[in-house]
Amino acid sequence: MSPTDHATTATTSPGGTPAGTDIEVVVTVNGVPRSATVPARRLLSDFLRHDLRLTGTHVGCEHGVCGACTVLLDGAPVRSCLAFAVSIHGREITTIEGLAADDGTLHPVQQAFQDEHGLQCGYCTPGFVMSACGFLADEPAPDEPTIREGMSGNLCRCTGYAGILAAVKQAAGALRTTGADPRAKHDPAAGGQR
Amino acid sequence: MTTQMVGAPVARSEDPRLLRGEGRFLDDLGHDAYQVAILRSPHAHARILDIDVTDALEVDGLIAIHTFEDLPPRLRQPMPLLIPHPALTAGRTQYVLADGEVNHVGEAILMVVATDRYAAEDAVERITVDYEALPAVVGPENALAAAQAVHEEIPDNVAAHLRQTIGDAPRAIAAAPHTLEFRLDIERSASTPMETRGTYARWDADDRRLRLYTSTQAPTSVRAAVASFLELPLAQVECIAPDIGGGFGVKIMHPWPEEILVPWAARELGHDVKYVEDRREHFISANHERAQVQWVTVGFDDTGRVLGLDVRFIHDHGAYIPYGLIVPIITSTQLIGPYKLENYRVTFDSVYTNTVPVTPYRGAGRPQGCFAMERTIDRIARHLGLDRTQVRGVNFLQPEELPYDFGLTFQDGRPYCYDSGDFPASLALLKTLIDWDGFEQRRAAAAAEGRIIGIGMAAYVEGTGVGPYEGGHVLVEPGGKVQVATGLSTQGQGHQTAFAQIVADQLGVAFEDVEVVTGDTRRFQYAVGTFASRAAVMSGNAIHLAAVKVREKALKLASDALEVDVEDLELAEGQVRVIGSPDTSIDLKVLATLSNPLRYAFDDSARIATQFASPANPDAPPVGDDDAPGLEATDYYSPVRSTFANGMHAVEVEIDPDTSDIRILDYAVVHDCGNLLNPIIVKGQVLGGVAQGVGGALYERMAYDDHGQLQNASFMDFLIPYATEVPAVRIDHLETPSPLNPLGIKGAGEAGVIPTSAAIAAAIEDATGIIIDAMPISPSQLHERRSTRQVTAGGGTS
Repeated sequence: MSPTDHATTATTSPGGTPAGTDIEVVVTVNGVPRSATVPARRLLSDFLRHDLRLTGTHVGCEHGVCGACTVLLDGAPVRSCLAFAVSIHGREITTIEGLAADDGTLHPVQQAFQDEHGLQCGYCTPGFVMSACGFLADEPAPDEPTIREGMSGNLCRCTGYAGILAAVKQAAGALRTTGADPRAKHDPAAGGQR
Repeated sequence: MTTQMVGAPVARSEDPRLLRGEGRFLDDLGHDAYQVAILRSPHAHARILDIDVTDALEVDGLIAIHTFEDLPPRLRQPMPLLIPHPALTAGRTQYVLADGEVNHVGEAILMVVATDRYAAEDAVERITVDYEALPAVVGPENALAAAQAVHEEIPDNVAAHLRQTIGDAPRAIAAAPHTLEFRLDIERSASTPMETRGTYARWDADDRRLRLYTSTQAPTSVRAAVASFLELPLAQVECIAPDIGGGFGVKIMHPWPEEILVPWAARELGHDVKYVEDRREHFISANHERAQVQWVTVGFDDTGRVLGLDVRFIHDHGAYIPYGLIVPIITSTQLIGPYKLENYRVTFDSVYTNTVPVTPYRGAGRPQGCFAMERTIDRIARHLGLDRTQVRGVNFLQPEELPYDFGLTFQDGRPYCYDSGDFPASLALLKTLIDWDGFEQRRAAAAAEGRIIGIGMAAYVEGTGVGPYEGGHVLVEPGGKVQVATGLSTQGQGHQTAFAQIVADQLGVAFEDVEVVTGDTRRFQYAVGTFASRAAVMSGNAIHLAAVKVREKALKLASDALEVDVEDLELAEGQVRVIGSPDTSIDLKVLATLSNPLRYAFDDSARIATQFASPANPDAPPVGDDDAPGLEATDYYSPVRSTFANGMHAVEVEIDPDTSDIRILDYAVVHDCGNLLNPIIVKGQVLGGVAQGVGGALYERMAYDDHGQLQNASFMDFLIPYATEVPAVRIDHLETPSPLNPLGIKGAGEAGVIPTSAAIAAAIEDATGIIIDAMPISPSQLHERRSTRQVTAGGGTS
């Protein structure tokens, strides 16, 4: 057991760093300024999930292998289980909660995952969706081997990946049509609906 | 008309919520709960001499530390042996916390409760345990050799010895024109769902009531176990399986020590308590599977027909045997596959080792059995120089021979009897799908380019939908929504969607108006669980039967209200209406209101059901003797025996001549699980199974050293396939309905994983000419085999 899991308290740190050394972390999450005072050792994944209560980001392995905890840090996919919260002070994070439109309409990547049966239990799904958003920003028109390679940093134990790969292909097409940034919150008014 | 939903490729209704990050997985709950960390054994086998917690007491945020001695008497009893069997004469189970002895690395010794997980782990690190290390028993053959004992009082390490027979195999083999004898090795693997185990308990001291959330495949049985251990009335315990991030069998094991300890601590401390397993803990404290050594003797004739088959195997069940003999019994029976074996003898020893216990992982003994049978058929073909599909053909049970009772006892204690299937038709489809007959041309073309390719196949039969029963509740609400509940829980199988399809068809309502809840004992108390590819068969049919009852009740109510014969009515578009004149109709939601005679009009819609509103018969009771209020029904489905699905896989592989890297070029599946409720979901189940099968064939193994230390307890070292390792898979379905249930369906959950290792082994063998007798086989192992073998002609076993 390594100290990599599951902190809950927002501003105090029993058993954490000695009293008085907690650090205020201010970040922009999904376009909203958020802050919490946390011990220096608080992982970004725990900070998001338990301090900010954005539980859509999941933790699967706590050592950066499975990709379930992937979020976008200044637009690039990172594993939130491998970063300390204090290290992202002042930066911008996008999580799975930041993709769908305000009315709940799914982002083209999310919609494609439903259309192509790209999820079963849904646990790895937020990580895959965030990875796909980052990938499609770099590769707007990927061919199938490129998609397979681009999605090869995340583990899924349910689907066998076929639906995920098909979803990324569909999403690439949908995003090219609208020209929307794959990492941006979905805006149905901008013609982003499928 | 309302569109037929059952059988349609309906998109899953659970997806939008999960895709928006709005899932409710175990660790998404209980933010303010105290957190548990477990001190686990670093030794595979040791006596605990002393535990010193002094240093831990200074940890800021520490709430409590509990050892075995701190527990009340009931919690100091052994954990249940869930499935007793007459042959299981030396069954041992663990304690919730070790009682002076540990028998595998990872066994729970002590529980720390703290205000957060960081603090709890700090405290665990400061606790010193003094051990007397004992020799560890690792590996099935070492266990049977019994130089050391896992449990002192079981010196031979054997928990059970079981034999089943059909006919007289030794005699048939002795008389056979050809015989072969060989050994097969199957390593350990495990479910490794992306979400680990976890349990969260809320104790309401005012109501003396416990609410337990746990990531389980068997919430009703967890509830019963917790009530028993905590000595609470069942009525005071509710158990909820929230969203579950995959199970694949490991979460059918219950109760886990933490499922008892966490609610107990919550009650003791008067505070919410939560435990979430970390990934390393999952490797060393959540159960494994597979691990068998098999010895096969087979006698056959010149056509390849099996005359007698004698299989002996050692099943390594680890340090404890909480799930009984289910896995080796399934291996023993399902080994037979689609073949007509008239002389068969199977014998196993289930043995203790100082490793993590073994309980079902998707496939549950079937991949091992399939490996034995299919490798046997391939050996026969190789020996006789026959095409491997031809040898399968001469051994198949023919469709007209079904139902076929083998005279064995299956895992449900019932006759091992295939209900339906058409194996020759499946094989014909498979051969077309993979172009089996065209392979030699492809092989020659590849060889001309210096490439090595091979083809293989494997067939299986899977007993699905085992009893004893499941239930379903269907309720039409006065607001118009239809609420459906069943007791078993969901780990990604799309139950909300599939069960809503069934109900929408019966009640003629929109799919979107049907809401399904699974795995919540507040909604449905009686259930068995989600395992053995049974949820769709069992709960699907139970919900269907309940929906039929609701339909009948709606028709009767509408018949009274509209004064029309039941025979002239139909349910469609949320109404009961007169066939041929749809304007004469009554809304289902109005019937729901009328079905519940009221005194009080709590809202406008309720007025029609109040006592002065309707001209009811003043001489009859408002609720008849054979009636009950509410447009709802509960029903149960309990089959006499399992229904058997089947399928066949074929695969082409390419072996790198220099590195022995194994690449899958093509993968084809023919699958028959009876009628399909939702082809999208069934396809997803099959594809996911194949991916796990590929892992089991090539990558996944639990690497224990001689001291019982697991050397690869992380996803960095235990290699689950990524997208780059899983091939594209082509699927063809045969739909041979099950005669055993109203929906004509069979289970599909485990199918994909069963024959994958056998098929891939066959293809590698075909490509290289080297007999593959182990699963998994890694490129480095293959390379070693290729480098050391005597030079032969190579290639070509088909």
